[in-house]
Amino acid sequence: MNLRPGRKAALGAVGIGVALLLAWLVTSQGPLASTKVTVAKVERGTLTASTFGIGTVEARRAYALGPTVASRVLRVLVDQGDAVKAGQLLAELDPVDLTDRVTSAQLAAERATSAIRAAQAQLDEARSRSRTARVSAERSVELRAKGFISQEAVEAKAYEATASDAAADAAAAQLAVAVRDRERALSDVSGAGKLRAQARLVSPVDGIVTSRLVESGTTVVAGQAVLQVIDPASLWIRARIDQGHAGGVRVGQPVEIALRSDQKRTYRGQVQRVDWVSDAVTEERIVNVGFAARPEAASVGELVEVTIGIDQLVNARSVPTAAVKRINRQDGVWRVRQERAMFQPVKVGITTLDGRSQILDGLEDGDEVAVHSDRALQPDATVKVVSALVGSAP
Amino acid sequence: MINLAARDILHGWGKFVFTGVGLGLLIGVTLSMAGIYRGLVDDGQALLAIGGADLWVVQRDTLGPYAEPSSVRDDAYRALLAVPGVAEAGNVTYLTMQIQHDAGEVRVMLVGIEPGHPGEPGYLVAGRPITRSHYEAIADVRSGLRLGERIRIRRHEYTVVGLTRRMVSSGGDPMIFVPLKDAQEVQFLKDNDALVNERARTAANPEFNRPGVPGLLEAVQASQSNSHSVNVVLLRLAPSADEMKVADQIRRWKHLEAYTRSDMNEILVAKLIDTSARQIFMFLVILSIVSAAIVAFIIYTMTLNKVREIAVLKLIGARNSTIAGMILQQALGLGAIGFIVGRTAATMWAPIFPKYVLLLPGDAVRGALLVLAICALASVVAIRAALRVDPAAAIGG
Repeated sequence: MNLRPGRKAALGAVGIGVALLLAWLVTSQGPLASTKVTVAKVERGTLTASTFGIGTVEARRAYALGPTVASRVLRVLVDQGDAVKAGQLLAELDPVDLTDRVTSAQLAAERATSAIRAAQAQLDEARSRSRTARVSAERSVELRAKGFISQEAVEAKAYEATASDAAADAAAAQLAVAVRDRERALSDVSGAGKLRAQARLVSPVDGIVTSRLVESGTTVVAGQAVLQVIDPASLWIRARIDQGHAGGVRVGQPVEIALRSDQKRTYRGQVQRVDWVSDAVTEERIVNVGFAARPEAASVGELVEVTIGIDQLVNARSVPTAAVKRINRQDGVWRVRQERAMFQPVKVGITTLDGRSQILDGLEDGDEVAVHSDRALQPDATVKVVSALVGSAP
Repeated sequence: MINLAARDILHGWGKFVFTGVGLGLLIGVTLSMAGIYRGLVDDGQALLAIGGADLWVVQRDTLGPYAEPSSVRDDAYRALLAVPGVAEAGNVTYLTMQIQHDAGEVRVMLVGIEPGHPGEPGYLVAGRPITRSHYEAIADVRSGLRLGERIRIRRHEYTVVGLTRRMVSSGGDPMIFVPLKDAQEVQFLKDNDALVNERARTAANPEFNRPGVPGLLEAVQASQSNSHSVNVVLLRLAPSADEMKVADQIRRWKHLEAYTRSDMNEILVAKLIDTSARQIFMFLVILSIVSAAIVAFIIYTMTLNKVREIAVLKLIGARNSTIAGMILQQALGLGAIGFIVGRTAATMWAPIFPKYVLLLPGDAVRGALLVLAICALASVVAIRAALRVDPAAAIGG
């Protein structure tokens, strides 16, 4: 072809350009394209194992005050939010006939006292009669020995003495009955009095009224709460921890608490109780966390987040959690060797909340592992190491 | 031997190249259409690939979580783990919803997963997996969310801790993965107003608010507000297990429906995206016909423009095969330029499309062959016209 040199060069350039374009297409877009990955080195450092859960603020000591028998509420003296003192009268129930019953029992007690006096007098009389009869019987025995009276008269006197003894015993028993009657009447007085005292609902502690459930005039059944009082010093958190992460939680571990109403601040606390019973439906363990210092902002029932520090591992070997993959029930990481991906099984220890996994076995310090990839890695896939796959947040 | 085609092209190469580029853009559109169809299918398959499940266990007589709503109790997984051959089980919920982001709304599929169990995304492009059991999220990059961002979903705020890629629903919506319990709350728990209304309604019902039965109302209200359902339980089987047998066991004894990967593929590809796929296929056919017609027109006009030259060629004794070869070569050249331009253009603009466009090399090869075949076929008309040219036209006219 006798083309002009300029044209020839231009054609050649276009041809090379097209070839390069095709080569770029094949190597960067198709299945032959290498997978882009980011890598990280195995590092040694301190790992903090912690677990996370959510819970609600609760009062450890909450008191539901209500009547012990069905009754009508006479008056309620406090309202929700009121601070109350121990022993303070909070509400009163209508005692109906309780006062009358106390009076009746008191009257019965007075009557019993009189009965005791009567019984005592009867006893005194019977004893005196008994003494006289016994003396007379003894004398008749002496007279019979001298032959002044008949044997029959002696026996009659002896009978009289025995009968008057029995009468004295009966009178003593009467007195005991009267004493018991009085005691019973006094018990009735105290019982009715206690019952009447139950009609007055008093605060068992220094606390805060959290709810006023019924108003005066309402009829309530035995055990139904009229008022609820909590001890504000006993606020704690009932946190739910996923059973899978609750293994290391122990009493005394430090806790970071974030309140929903005050998300920016972190409060300190401590695990105070780990329930023996887990929630079988939600598969969560119940852990109670106490505040180091009670936050003013906390309200009962408020949602909180707790982070429980379980353990600190010093000088532990770790990789980013994103690098650890589970393939065929085997934990492992992808290593990059000569631009090829290779699956390396590892034994993983704890995983921290900020995304680092402890490596117990399978990797050495300084080994490089693939962390992020722009598609799922396959064994022997060609990879290209880049610094980041997506731009970070501005 | 002088290459007539090359000489002719060089004579008016600008026009030729521009015609080729124009044709290329048309071919690019056709290839993109094919790419959109492939992307639809691939979206479906990506959905199945997430979590690496072997079996999908769903509510009986439903088509599973993607094609139909399904609700399974979330403790069903315990019974499923006891089925021989089942190695791992993971509860998953799906919910398509809108979330507020950057003063706009993004349509996303909210996926509730149990970290460490089947259902979680297979790889990340940034960040870390979910480590807390609440209020953390992994988002697909297409959602526009960035690492460390806080997003509000219903009543809670979530922190984006990881980003992933190609995790989309069958409709192409980006996925946001959150811990299962949060997702259950989003999906099955009502909003605050509804809760308060519901409580008042229950309290007004004398059946539930009986005098003399303290605690009944509270118990009823508590039972109304908790939720223990999921949409699907994903199972991973032991390497030796036969998935058909395990699925049969589950259907027979657990009274749930179980689908294998091929069943799910069938449901997703054949049932769910079938109509849109056929729609796109129609477009593809029409575009191919239009492309063929345009190529034929272009070659025909190019030939007709050269009637005089062809007549001269004939006059000086050029053979018919030489003239036919010239036209065929030009047509094929046009096709080649068009294809390269089209393929490049399709690759360039594919990422701009709102839906995923998958350009397969196989499709490209088939497309190239098709384009060349169409060009060859289209040149037949032009060749026939060229051969009919009267050599006398070179002198007369």
